This record gives sequence, structure tokens and C-alpha cells, in this order.
Amino acid sequence: MTDFSAMTDKNNEKINKNKEEPGGLRVKPINNGTVIDHIAGGQALNVLKILGISGTTGATVSVVMNVESKKLGKKDIVKVEDRELREEELNRIALIAPAASINIIRNCKVIEKRPVDLPDEIVGVVRCQNPNCISNTHEPIKSRMLVKAKNPVLLRCLYCEQPLADGIAEYLI
Amino acid sequence: MFMKRHVLSMREFSKEEIDSVLDLAQSLEPLARGKKSRMLAGKILALLFFEPSTRTRMSFETAMKRLGGSVINLGPAEGSSISKGESLADTVRVIGGYADALVIRHPKEGSARLASQFSPVPVLNAGDGAGHHPTQTLLDLYTIRKESRLENLHVALVGDLKYGRTVHSLAYALSLYGADITLVSPPTLRMPDPIKADLSSKGTIVRETADLGEVIDNVDVLYMTRIQRERFPDPVEYQKVASSYRIAPESLAGSQQNLIIMHPLPRVDEISPSVDDSSHARYFQQSFYGVPVRMALLKMLLEGDQVD
Repeated sequence: MTDFSAMTDKNNEKINKNKEEPGGLRVKPINNGTVIDHIAGGQALNVLKILGISGTTGATVSVVMNVESKKLGKKDIVKVEDRELREEELNRIALIAPAASINIIRNCKVIEKRPVDLPDEIVGVVRCQNPNCISNTHEPIKSRMLVKAKNPVLLRCLYCEQPLADGIAEYLI
Repeated sequence: MFMKRHVLSMREFSKEEIDSVLDLAQSLEPLARGKKSRMLAGKILALLFFEPSTRTRMSFETAMKRLGGSVINLGPAEGSSISKGESLADTVRVIGGYADALVIRHPKEGSARLASQFSPVPVLNAGDGAGHHPTQTLLDLYTIRKESRLENLHVALVGDLKYGRTVHSLAYALSLYGADITLVSPPTLRMPDPIKADLSSKGTIVRETADLGEVIDNVDVLYMTRIQRERFPDPVEYQKVASSYRIAPESLAGSQQNLIIMHPLPRVDEISPSVDDSSHARYFQQSFYGVPVRMALLKMLLEGDQVD
């Protein structure tokens, strides 16, 4: 087990808060849940789509888009309250935001912080761009994309072997 | 060593596996020519052709019957369960229960791999859309090995290199043998860049030209393909291109004595019939070699036998 006791409230504040405005915080820190930071600017809604979070899922979600970032120029932040997202859910984010970092918050403290890491295969998240691929028909299968490279991301359809590198967000299911 | 359960794509074959198929095909050739065999007696091969086929379908059927096995056919899709909207997954599950192996040709790319996930028996890909046709590549390699040589080969692939699935798989397989490959096509039908990059990354020397006359005298194998009329919006342009990729006896005047000419057939105008009787023509032998090669694959998949 990692010893997180060294993580101070100050550390937590830095991650859990986002950029402070003269009028106050844009979005208040969360007590429990998941904060996804360093999402490439403009990709936050696609991140929610990958995680299967919509307005009907009931989760309390805060989204901050296009705030200044030293690392990325512009970045987005997503905070999902009272839900600790599973590792395999979070790793899919690397498809469109390879620089994203994940912070799991419990009782206002960051108990886990790590980068995202794409798995070797992505199932049921990205459809094949080949319109004549069998995975784009009514067959009882999920799309299956093999991850051939992680940075930049290169996927290859398991079925028709068509590569997919650019515009992955357009092919999210 | 051949340990496959399915035959779906040439990318899944190592050079050693290809050699083991070709070796077994060589030993089965007398049976392909009519010598009696009961090797696969009692075994049933199901042919699921969702697209028209003459050579591939008939040579699979011949291969199975020459080995003493029998064949069942899906028949035309009209009037079958397919026309009632049954999924391919269900079709292969059901027919896989009737047969010992399935051969599938389907218009969608990736269909054979899907079939392999649902079939209880081995699946052989006989063409999935613009995707793979591995048994064609294996018979092409058998022809080259038998009628020329696979090592230190200089081959020209000619015609439609953009859409022609046979040339993509063949180029990949030839790269395993270290062949020099010259790609000859009109600019609009060039081989896609990712395939060329893949070949070069394996150390294969790949040249590209639009001029057939430039290479014809220097190659060991001329692999011709059909240029389809529908690829050209302008019929005049089609005629111009098609005639510049036509082989006639006079085009072969300066060629190497041991040059062989291959074609996956059917041909239209690419090779003049007057070339058929020349010492270079091998396309009809090539077509026949589909039988021993498919016999070898069926025997390996159904019996798991190795070459003695």
C-alpha cells in the first residue's frame, strides 16, 4: 500500500481546487470522488462520454474547460463526486487525453494520484472508421481496438485491421 | 510447425509456417492430380460464400473431395436464413455444428475473424471484402517456389495495387523472403502508403513506377492484376491506362529467359491470349495449384498433421 499520509491538505487543495478567481473558486473542492486533471483543452465532454457519464446517470459532475495550464496551454478538469472510478474506466481516457492525471479523493484528501495508461485493447469504446467493417453492422459483437502505440495513440481494429490515429474523439461510441 | 486453428490473414503466418504449408502441398500434389485418397473421409467442409466466386469455391470443393471428404454449400443467400436477417455469428454457430470446417467469403472486412470467434470448428478466410485472401497468397507463393524461386527474387506487382487485396497480402508475404519488389501502377492506383511503409520497415527494397516497360526485362516474376473499369470515371482514361498495362508477346522480347508471368484470374485484357503458349505463362498452373495448397490447409486444420 502506498503511504499517502505525507500528502498534506495543501497538496490536496492544489489538486482539488482549480484556478482561483478574484470572485472565488470556479468550482469548489470535492470531499469524495475522482478529479481528472490535465485533460487537453476542449476534451472534457469527450472524457465524460468515454466514462459513460451523462446527465441521466445521476452523478454530481463539475466540468471546467479551457483554463490556463503551464503544461498544456489550455486544459480541462472534470470532478465526479462520490464516485471512485475504476482503473480500467479511467485508463480509456488516455485515448484522447494521454497527459491526464487521476486523483482519488476521500475525506478531502488525495489518497491516490497517478497518470492514465492505455490498456493493450479497448473494447466497446471506439468504433472502427471503416464503414465496411463487420464491427459496424448488427452483429452481436463490441468494437475491439488493439492499442499499437500510446503516444501518439495508434489503434488498429481487431476485425478489419484498419488503423485509427487521428480524430479518435469522432469515433467514440 | 503449424499450430493454427483458423486461417484468417497472412499476417498471422511466420515464414516457417508458410514453408510447412508449401511442403505439404508439394507432397499432396499427386492427389490433387487425381490419385485416390481417403485422408479426410467422413469429414465435412461447409462453403459459406456470401459473394460470387468460381475458382476459390470450386478449388476448395475439389481439394476436399480429392482427400475423400465431402462438402456442403450455403447456396444463394436469397431464400436462406440470411435473407431473414440472421446474423453471421448465428449462421456460423449453426453451420459449424454440421461441418468439420468452414470456408467463408463475405463482403464485409473482418467477417472471417468474427466467424472464427463464434464457430466451433476451424474457419478459412476465402476473402473478406477488401481485406484478406490468405489462401490465394499461399497458392501464389507455391507457384513462385515451384516455377521460379522464393529466395533472391525480384518481382513486379502490376496493375491495381490500391484496391487489389491479393497484392497487399502477397507483398507482405514476399517481404518475409527478402524479395525485391517493384510496384507498377497508374498514379491513381498506387499501393497505399501504410502498406509500403510496413514493407520498407521489414528491410524490403520497394521501388515504384508507372512504366511497365521500365521493369519487364529485369524481373523474375511479373504478377499481373486486373484494372477495373469502375475505378475510372472517364472511360477514355480507363482505355489509356488499361492498354499501357497489357502484356503481349512483343512486350517480352527483352525479358529474362526464366521470367514467369502470373495472374490471379479472371483476366480481361491484361495478358494477350497469344502469351498463353509462351514459356513464361504460368497463370493456369497457378490456378491449379490452388487445389494442393487448399488440400494442405484442410489436412493441417482437420488432422493437425505435419509433413513427414
